[in-house]
Amino acid sequence: MEAVADWRERLEQTVLAPVIDTSRWYYLWVAFLLAVLGWGLYAYSVQLRDGLIVTGMRDRISWGLYITTFVFFIGISHAGTLISAILRVSQAGWRTPVTRMAEFITAVSLAVGAMFVIIDLGRPDRLLNVIIYGRWQSPIVWDVVAITTYLTASLMYLFLPMIPDLALFRDRLPGKVPRWKLWIYRILSVGWVGSNAQRRSLASAIGLLMILIIPIAVSVHTVVSWIFAMTLREPWNSTIFGAFFVAGAIFSGIAVLILLMAVLRKIYHLEEYITEKHFVYLGYLLAAMAAIMIYANLSEFITVGYKLEGEGEFHFRQLFLGQFAGFYWYYFVGGLVLPIVLVLLPWTRNIRGVVVASILVAVAMWVERFFIVVAGLRVPLMPYEPASYTPTWVEWSVMSGGFALFALLITLFVKVFPIISVWEVVEDHENAEISPGPERLAPEEAAAPAGGG
Amino acid sequence: MSEIGQESTEERHPDASGLNRRQFLKYLGFGAMGVAPLPILPSILSKTVGQDVVRSDGAPAEAPNGRVRQWTMVIDLRYCDGCQSQGTPPQCTRACIEGRFVPEPQEWIQIYEGELPGGGTQFMPTPCMHCQNAPCVNVCPVAATFHTPEGTVLIDQDRCIGCRICMAACPYDRRFFNWGTPPVPPESRLADYSPEHQSPMRKGTVVKCDFCPEMARAGTLPFCVQACPNNAIYYGDLEEDIATNGDAIVSASQLLSQNQAYRLKEDLKTKPRVYYIAGHGEAVGRDAFTEGREPTEWPWIERVKGAREWKR
Repeated sequence: MEAVADWRERLEQTVLAPVIDTSRWYYLWVAFLLAVLGWGLYAYSVQLRDGLIVTGMRDRISWGLYITTFVFFIGISHAGTLISAILRVSQAGWRTPVTRMAEFITAVSLAVGAMFVIIDLGRPDRLLNVIIYGRWQSPIVWDVVAITTYLTASLMYLFLPMIPDLALFRDRLPGKVPRWKLWIYRILSVGWVGSNAQRRSLASAIGLLMILIIPIAVSVHTVVSWIFAMTLREPWNSTIFGAFFVAGAIFSGIAVLILLMAVLRKIYHLEEYITEKHFVYLGYLLAAMAAIMIYANLSEFITVGYKLEGEGEFHFRQLFLGQFAGFYWYYFVGGLVLPIVLVLLPWTRNIRGVVVASILVAVAMWVERFFIVVAGLRVPLMPYEPASYTPTWVEWSVMSGGFALFALLITLFVKVFPIISVWEVVEDHENAEISPGPERLAPEEAAAPAGGG
Repeated sequence: MSEIGQESTEERHPDASGLNRRQFLKYLGFGAMGVAPLPILPSILSKTVGQDVVRSDGAPAEAPNGRVRQWTMVIDLRYCDGCQSQGTPPQCTRACIEGRFVPEPQEWIQIYEGELPGGGTQFMPTPCMHCQNAPCVNVCPVAATFHTPEGTVLIDQDRCIGCRICMAACPYDRRFFNWGTPPVPPESRLADYSPEHQSPMRKGTVVKCDFCPEMARAGTLPFCVQACPNNAIYYGDLEEDIATNGDAIVSASQLLSQNQAYRLKEDLKTKPRVYYIAGHGEAVGRDAFTEGREPTEWPWIERVKGAREWKR
């Protein structure tokens, strides 16, 4: 019994540490992010002054980096849902040390993603028209509803399981952190004392929410895909689009989660709790999703490539043989096939291998979003020469600013809120002490579809 | 997971400082009442905050039988040589640019040179199709683009938020965006803005061919119809069954049926109001293998102060 108490104390100290101590590197990192964000804000101010003329977008290719980045961020927001909700529903015990990070990513990336739609507007000053004159027939309005619903749900889903940990912070941090932080913990821990009634309420609230949030998450990325699929453009006119977007979202979400895990583990010495097992298990999930993506891509392109009719031929050629071919083959080989290989080969099936696979996937999924948007718009609808699109410095700067904001919000979160769900890890640990049964999610099971790829 | 159904009595733990079940449900109820009006919020807001969209300048034009006119355009490609014989840029595009102050590089009526199946090319003047089942109107989030009673599709630049989903949705690529601040000539600046003539132009919004409804109502033909040297473009009213190219007045239905008129991308079922009669300028002596036309020009922009800095 003594050992368990020690173990728990060590865990709590590990989680408390980032909130108490701040290194010089942290401030340097924040300063760097603020500089990038500031540069992005400057670029956006140029765009506000002169209009979207400062971007590379024109009438033929009227969406570019901004919409790409919007789709990408909404995609990685699926990290939280998948890891937390799906693994919670399937009662996979190993999930407990990584759920909180996944939920951070969800909340932050949704906010940043939604921001990029507003950045892309020609008249951001008229944003409220969407509410004042909103038409339910428009996919844009579906998106506004779906994303705000998902943001609300995922903030609740971040908050509820954090209550016991906030109470822990409230009880253990007085005298060690500034008063405003203690004030936050006191308010947000809503009088948590860990009584049986409270535990029961919390369990049923989380239980309800984790069921609700899965369909919400699926609907969000389906609706995002419908912005494209509800038009008459050949490359977007596809029934698989919704499912394809959801699969890609979960895929990129896992990759970004693995990257965040690797960074936080290194910086805040979480090696005891986030082990190679977590990387390998998430790697298996990554490989499984890669296999699904390969399958979805084959379904999509075999049907087009076999017939090569109409505008489909142009699209097929520009992706596989034409001007986008280099990047597109990287997406296919480097972003889909190679990650599976890295995860499945025994001598790369380790933290380093999985992290490399995740970097490949994260980049490839951004590239894939770019092709969906830009290559889709490039297909000529009338007899004219295909247009070209080169993003300008303003677009690159604003996009970098968005990524910096994403990193900054996560960086700040880490300094205020518990990065590991202490009570869930403890609960899982205690369960394991009592009955060290088999893992609830067998790795073979998760990896099985990868064999088909 | 706890069995919620089994709890029949109110539990009050002395150490639980939070809400009890009854209070919680009460607050939840109040909260729900607060959220309930959300679905009707837009209509409340639009009644209090919003103003009505400028649908038109006046009552829609009426045919002699008292019904609303249904504007249409018939383009006889047998008479269109892309103004090769004139040796000038296409006159319809030019007149439209001058009459509507269309900024570069927009061409609201654009002459495409399409390949003919048997070799050679045809010139195809392409305005907005004014679809009766318009994909752009369907996807607009704020009803900034809309159908008029006269069967045209207009854009209210005072409402458009510039999301450009209508441009993605248009299967004919007939929509343009004011990427920067468009140059505005003094004579346009004096105009009262209306979606019917789109002057003066707004930054960050979508624009396109409007079918010149205010001119038609006043008894004048659209700029492009007036300017065509070969009288290839007919403008008319399907309700009264009448069409004119400025030279002859004909029955619209007979013009369409006797010449096997067609519409672009008929299979999409967008039901355009613009019809074509197949040809490649043969009626004005053009050989299908004489390719190319003079490039489009925007002469009025040179007259506007500061327009030289206008970034295209």
